[in-house]
Amino acid sequence: MDHSHTANSGESHGSAGGYTAGFILSVLLTAAAFGLVMTGTLTGHSALLAISGLAFVQIIVHLVFFLHMKASQEQKWNVLAFGFTVLTVVIVIIGTLWVMHNVSMNMMSR
Amino acid sequence: MLQKAIVAEPHHAADHVPSHSVFGFWLYLMTDCVVFASLFAVFAVMSNQFAGGPSGKDLFEIPGVALETAVLLLSSITYGFAMIGAHKGKKGVLLGWLGVTFVLGATFLVLEMREFSHLISIGAGPDRSAFLSSFFTLVGTHGLHVTVGLLWMIVLVIQVLRSPDLTEQDLRRLTCLSLFWHFLDIIWIGVFTFVYLASVI
Repeated sequence: MDHSHTANSGESHGSAGGYTAGFILSVLLTAAAFGLVMTGTLTGHSALLAISGLAFVQIIVHLVFFLHMKASQEQKWNVLAFGFTVLTVVIVIIGTLWVMHNVSMNMMSR
Repeated sequence: MLQKAIVAEPHHAADHVPSHSVFGFWLYLMTDCVVFASLFAVFAVMSNQFAGGPSGKDLFEIPGVALETAVLLLSSITYGFAMIGAHKGKKGVLLGWLGVTFVLGATFLVLEMREFSHLISIGAGPDRSAFLSSFFTLVGTHGLHVTVGLLWMIVLVIQVLRSPDLTEQDLRRLTCLSLFWHFLDIIWIGVFTFVYLASVI
């Protein structure tokens, strides 16, 4: 479980090095996303794809370095709940886009 | 579990059941995640419904968003340093970094309020178009969470100041707020990527 075992060991709840590493990584990823868009290096679909990829990686970085998620036995239920949530989120977002796209096609509203 | 901490309540020490507060709070965060997912989905559907009004490209100032992002990202690492202090039992370190985190969180809110009031003042408020309604709902909900996080931080600082030593209960509460704070940062990644950057591409 997050943070919660061995409150005095200094491992499960992250170290200064871990936080710093995560911070540097996320600064680089954020700067890359803003840089791509602000300089106009990529445009259209490829730009959207690139910043989506950067956001995905940065979310993983935050989960590992800041929320200390790992595939250990103590965190089994946290990770399981998280996995189920990701599934729900994917269904909600992709499903909404899919259904609403079909609606606007059939209603000829775009 | 956290009960292994140095300062277990003596009368519970023999037969304590491990606390599930942190796991329970984690489950709450997961449901909050679904709330944000539906708001993101709404924004994605509405992102082209300008009703003849301004688009994201006309409105969003990316350097301002970059500043907000930097402030929020910094507040994540300063909360991390506060937790390291807390786990070492150093109240001074904990309170110092919590103070820095609070100032950064408040700065973020001020920046966001200024952006919102600017948009409303130029007639691009939530009543202008479906795009702006969904924008204000999504980003405003995130801002509301940050506000609650700041209030919660004040309460925790008062509790820490009042207790002579950091108890395991204090640590548990700080851990829950830590999860909440880092979770909001993750939501912000989605906001700056799919709301701001994707709108100006």
